[in-house]
Amino acid sequence: MTAVSEATATASAGPLSDTTVPRLGHGFRLQWEDAQGCHVLLYPEGMVKLNRSAGEILARCDGQAGVGAIVASLEAAFSAQGLRGDVERFLLMARQQRWVTWA
Amino acid sequence: MTLPVPGQASPSAPPGPPLWLLAEVTYRCPLHCVFCYNPVDFARHGAEMGTEAWLKLLREARALGSVQCGFSGGEPLLRDDLELLIAEAHRLGFYTNLLTSGVGLTRERAAALKAAGLDHIQLSFQDSTREVNDFLSHTKTFELKQRVGEMLREQGWPMVMNVVIHRLNIDHIDRIIAMAAELGAEYLELANSQYYSWAHLNRDHLLPTREQLQRAEAITDEWRQKLDGRMRLFFVVPDYHEGRPKKCMNGWGNVFLTVTPDGTALPCHTAAMLPGLTFPNVQTTPVREIWYDSEGFNRYRGTGWMKEPCASCDDKEKDLGGCRCQAYLLAQDPEAADPVCPKSPHHGIVQVAVEQAEARARSGAVPEQPLVFRDPRHSMQLSCAR
Repeated sequence: MTAVSEATATASAGPLSDTTVPRLGHGFRLQWEDAQGCHVLLYPEGMVKLNRSAGEILARCDGQAGVGAIVASLEAAFSAQGLRGDVERFLLMARQQRWVTWA
Repeated sequence: MTLPVPGQASPSAPPGPPLWLLAEVTYRCPLHCVFCYNPVDFARHGAEMGTEAWLKLLREARALGSVQCGFSGGEPLLRDDLELLIAEAHRLGFYTNLLTSGVGLTRERAAALKAAGLDHIQLSFQDSTREVNDFLSHTKTFELKQRVGEMLREQGWPMVMNVVIHRLNIDHIDRIIAMAAELGAEYLELANSQYYSWAHLNRDHLLPTREQLQRAEAITDEWRQKLDGRMRLFFVVPDYHEGRPKKCMNGWGNVFLTVTPDGTALPCHTAAMLPGLTFPNVQTTPVREIWYDSEGFNRYRGTGWMKEPCASCDDKEKDLGGCRCQAYLLAQDPEAADPVCPKSPHHGIVQVAVEQAEARARSGAVPEQPLVFRDPRHSMQLSCAR
């Protein structure tokens, strides 16, 4: 499997707004794999195995929901609060890796 | 991982599923590349599997947990049923990759492959200068590859390119990168030739000097700066020069399952060369049994098979002793440490090969044996002579 080469530092520094709408990057596909018991992110000749929270966040990056809605949905699904910071940090990292993109 | 693992050779690390399925659907190819990794005796292999057998393989491998499927060859576009195979792979949930030289691709075929659900094409380029390209691939393909690049863009596929690098084209690396950038490539793999099969036969012509490599890496670095992330560049260093064995195929029987045109299942493209090992055929043995139970897939799994210097080496989990095929090719012993490792008692063989490349560069000497082009006639002759 071809490794991902170096990630480039192109992430914006500022905080994300509620209306920032992340979607999966071009050529990436997210799916649940029974054999591995987790979500995976597939891309040309490669695969990222996702932990539970990464999988749950990316599964909500459908190009429709804004960051505000994504956080609300996660907090509702897991009966949790204060997830905003974690979600933003993950999305900024994911954008650096080109897993997600937004305007 | 909770899968049951019967017949496991090394109890320490149970294998996961064969995440990567490489379907080498044909050995037929319009090109005659001197670095081809197909077996030298490819012309003596059995008949290509039919459509139904490939479909059955796809279903079995996917059920076992395979997620990436590469369609390769030879030139996979020569199979008329390629769209059918890709459509089924896509339906099953594979991420589908086509590894092609682009020869035979038309606008219509590209659209049909897209409609079938093809996720990605990796386009291989031999070189960016038409003359060298024609020489190395022995057909006039350079203009076609420019057109194919356009077709990829039209269908919205990410532009992923691969160029095999060696002594005869390494000094053109600046032009190669420039052309990939011009074509809008998002990712360019500059893969130094690995010396197996045809590349091993032609090694004296293909092995670059250290200076050539250093220069090529420096030029690649300059382009990385200049492109600032617009195109990703991946430079695969040849292990002869690096002095460090690679964790070949990410571990024997660990993630890779290769199926050759006649249905033979292998842990890597070239494993069929190893003596004393038999590999099952997917037409007669279920893929689950092949992956978990077969002697061929279990033989070099983990570290239990190792002898010295690997057995007591601190890096044994890191590189798993390097490549079994290279150990066999260079040391005539598939259980030996990969001779590219400085700890190998056979490391001198690699050092001599690198030294000879340096000496030829200094003297301008041409190797005695002319370049051997990969074609069925040479394949028959060379495998007959064995």
